[in-house]
Amino acid sequence: MHALFDRAARAAHESQPPAGEPTRRRFIKISGAMAGAAPFAFALAIAPDGAEAQAAAGTELKPSQMPGPFVAIAGDGSVTVQVNRLDFGQGVNTVLPMLVAEEMDADWSKVSGALAPAGMAYADPVFGMQMTGGSSSVANSWVQYREIGARARAMLVGAAAKRWNVAPTGITVAKGIVSGPAAGQRLHFGELAAAAMAEPVPNQVTLKKPADYTLLGKPQTRKNARQIARGRQGYGIDLGVDPASKALLPGLKTVLVARPPVWGGKVASFDAAAAMKVRGVQAAFEVDLDRGGRGVAVVADGYWAARQGRDALAPKWNLEGLTRTDSATQLANYVQLAQQPGRNAPVKGGTPFDAAKLAGAPRKLSAEYRFPYLAHAPMEPLNCVIDVQGEGAATLCRVWSGTQFQTVDHAAVARTLGLAPEQVRLDTMMAGGGFGRRAVPSSDYLVEAAQVARAWRASGGKGPLKVMWSREDDIKGGYYRPSHVHRAEIGLAANGAIEAWQHRIVGQSILMGTPFEAFMVKDGIDNVTVEGVADSPYRLPLKLEVHHTQANVPVLWWRSVGHTHTAYVMETLVDEIAQAAGIDPVEWRRAQLGNRHPRHRAALDLAVAESGYGRKALPAGTAFGVAVHESFGSVVAMVVEATVAGTETRLVKVTAGVHCNFAVNPRAVEAQVQGAVVMGMSMCLPGGAITLKDGVVEQSNFFDFQVPRMSGVPPVAVHVVSSSDSPTGMGEPGLPPLAPAWANAIAKLTGRRLRELPFKLA
Amino acid sequence: MSSPQPVRFNLNGQGVNLAVDPQMPLLWAVRESAGLTGTKFGCGAAQCGACTVHVDGQAVRSCVTPVSAVAGRRVQTIEAMELDRTGRAVQDAWVAHDVAQCGYCQSGQIMSATALLKRNRKPSDADIDAAMAGNICRCGTYQRIRAAIHDAAKALA
Repeated sequence: MHALFDRAARAAHESQPPAGEPTRRRFIKISGAMAGAAPFAFALAIAPDGAEAQAAAGTELKPSQMPGPFVAIAGDGSVTVQVNRLDFGQGVNTVLPMLVAEEMDADWSKVSGALAPAGMAYADPVFGMQMTGGSSSVANSWVQYREIGARARAMLVGAAAKRWNVAPTGITVAKGIVSGPAAGQRLHFGELAAAAMAEPVPNQVTLKKPADYTLLGKPQTRKNARQIARGRQGYGIDLGVDPASKALLPGLKTVLVARPPVWGGKVASFDAAAAMKVRGVQAAFEVDLDRGGRGVAVVADGYWAARQGRDALAPKWNLEGLTRTDSATQLANYVQLAQQPGRNAPVKGGTPFDAAKLAGAPRKLSAEYRFPYLAHAPMEPLNCVIDVQGEGAATLCRVWSGTQFQTVDHAAVARTLGLAPEQVRLDTMMAGGGFGRRAVPSSDYLVEAAQVARAWRASGGKGPLKVMWSREDDIKGGYYRPSHVHRAEIGLAANGAIEAWQHRIVGQSILMGTPFEAFMVKDGIDNVTVEGVADSPYRLPLKLEVHHTQANVPVLWWRSVGHTHTAYVMETLVDEIAQAAGIDPVEWRRAQLGNRHPRHRAALDLAVAESGYGRKALPAGTAFGVAVHESFGSVVAMVVEATVAGTETRLVKVTAGVHCNFAVNPRAVEAQVQGAVVMGMSMCLPGGAITLKDGVVEQSNFFDFQVPRMSGVPPVAVHVVSSSDSPTGMGEPGLPPLAPAWANAIAKLTGRRLRELPFKLA
Repeated sequence: MSSPQPVRFNLNGQGVNLAVDPQMPLLWAVRESAGLTGTKFGCGAAQCGACTVHVDGQAVRSCVTPVSAVAGRRVQTIEAMELDRTGRAVQDAWVAHDVAQCGYCQSGQIMSATALLKRNRKPSDADIDAAMAGNICRCGTYQRIRAAIHDAAKALA
């Protein structure tokens, strides 16, 4: 009917052999498969024998540096680039191939990206594992992907040089065509690919200078824009349903899992017979869940039958002995804790704190801030397709998921099924949003799917399963941005200068108890709880303390992580301090940043200049608000125009000044900032909170966990500071400054400082 | 769940006869019985608009519309929009403005936008707000959606 997946991905699905074969041969097979069915289709890859010869020739390149796993050239010259990330809207499936295409001098219209399966070659070169997060994809693969492109180019040139018996220096490459010095010496990539395969992989390569870029730095439309608009882009949730992928997964069944309302709950009883009465339901059985819980899986033909079956279960839960986290109780507890000394957190770039200066300060500012749990709520609910094969004992497992955490998930699935890593193959699907929910250290929803598969097989079930989550499952499913309370006690001189700043943060640690604890939690302080305060650019006399708390609510990073709350606190407090000192908030920031933070200054100055701040007269009832914040290596300043009318506030316009060093795809940078503004708004607007009553999440769908819609969203103008330094990420940095800038505008209009999110104007 | 009965309707220009539970939401009939996965599941409660289809030219949330309700009627999904003059103009504008990020909500956005332009050739910003209020985009592409709708309107004028 229609191609659900692009050609390369489909070929990869169809012909990837199980892992376990030697890496080099696998490269050939991958590449050969991606070459498709075109005649004379060859792929640029490392020949099995060649690899050893190349190694002997002194290339000490890692698999993540070799063209073989990354670049396939078909007979018609089209190029497919394996992307070592998840694309969940941020556009890596376009920008990473851009890096390769630029250095290869490929024809961009003939280049496409494919999301790589879990594999050693696809590890992030800095983090050493395959993952997408921390706004790091372009930053960490900037050199990696460019060098891969340059190596591929060198091999094509080498092949052409031999073909024409000329020196490589006499050869030029442009838009996928390789040309020699003599007339008629002209071949496209497809015609050279096979010969290029036999060339040695060069170790050192020279990369282009910015002045020579033809693609990088110029706005590019995402490669799947037309496919999405036509409704032809496939996501994990679509797998096995359309005729093409249905053939790949014969007998696919759909699974919904009934989970207890409190984490860790167990099944007391359920009505299996009632579920089985539903037409299309195959089975209903208990299954181990995340965090020691037990649930009931319903296996059926299609979502509707599974949903009806699950609804018929009428499960009763055993919730004895469980901690029942309650938002009201928790808040009171956090407020108390914030008034007690906590664990000291190191401060970077601050000045010494003197308690006596705080005690003796002529003016004091005391502020308590409150933040709720937040759900990610990506538009595509979580799902996982799993196919465990083998008569009796499992011998092989294939998993398909739009996951940000391929390495972690792959290992977790193998462990759950008692398989060796080589017996599991994980394919990366395009995902309908993620924002951090799809990067789970515990691999919650994939381990759950593996548990379902195990139980299904144990009961005699066969064939692939698609475990789906309803929206209610998602909203109630945990792994939220943690709730927090901050308390700042600030001593000010008579002229408003900051003399002492005591800051406490209360809330759950995201990283404790995860494999990341070892490098992200030092001396009992979770780095991601304090980021944005501990590294404040303002050189504050800061004493920072943390109370890490326990709650029976799983927590996770949510787009920009700690900065979601720390930027709000810091950028509203300094605004208030500036105001109290009678200093314009932009001038205050400029003075405090000084010459130490040129990127902050540049971003701020750009936002100010473009917004008309300080020059433009605003209509009555409208005010400017400013904030600037660095996260994940990039700096974003925002100047907003907002109104307040009664208990309602509206954003009229947002102007962003961005410093992300070199903006590889300016259109993607703009999109990320525009989208981050909307997500920042979602923290501020009514309904933007997850609350628990007596251990149970109160919200369930978009009518009570509300997110911004078209009518509330202002125009967002994005301006990027010009730079050719190595790019820093932009997936998250646009989010932190929005909420404080808006609150600062509200303060200007009403005199009220909003210390709680979502905003409470009543 | 009721026993399957044949439900006959016109789907993207073809007559179909689906033996499904008549109470099954049209969304699942379209996706799983007819194999057209362009229409998406986002909430199951008519809150997010990802499931939007056209029934006799009207935008309808298929996740809460039982398939029995479309018996004898004309249903169009995103897959048919490229064959429709208005739908095609909307899609072209979507590409020109690089509207999508993850893209998951965009089938529903395009269906709502196309239905709007079929009944209102020159929508104002307020018209757009009203028509598109039921379509959530968590990636936050609203600004570009708005610009694309205005451009499509110009192209169709």
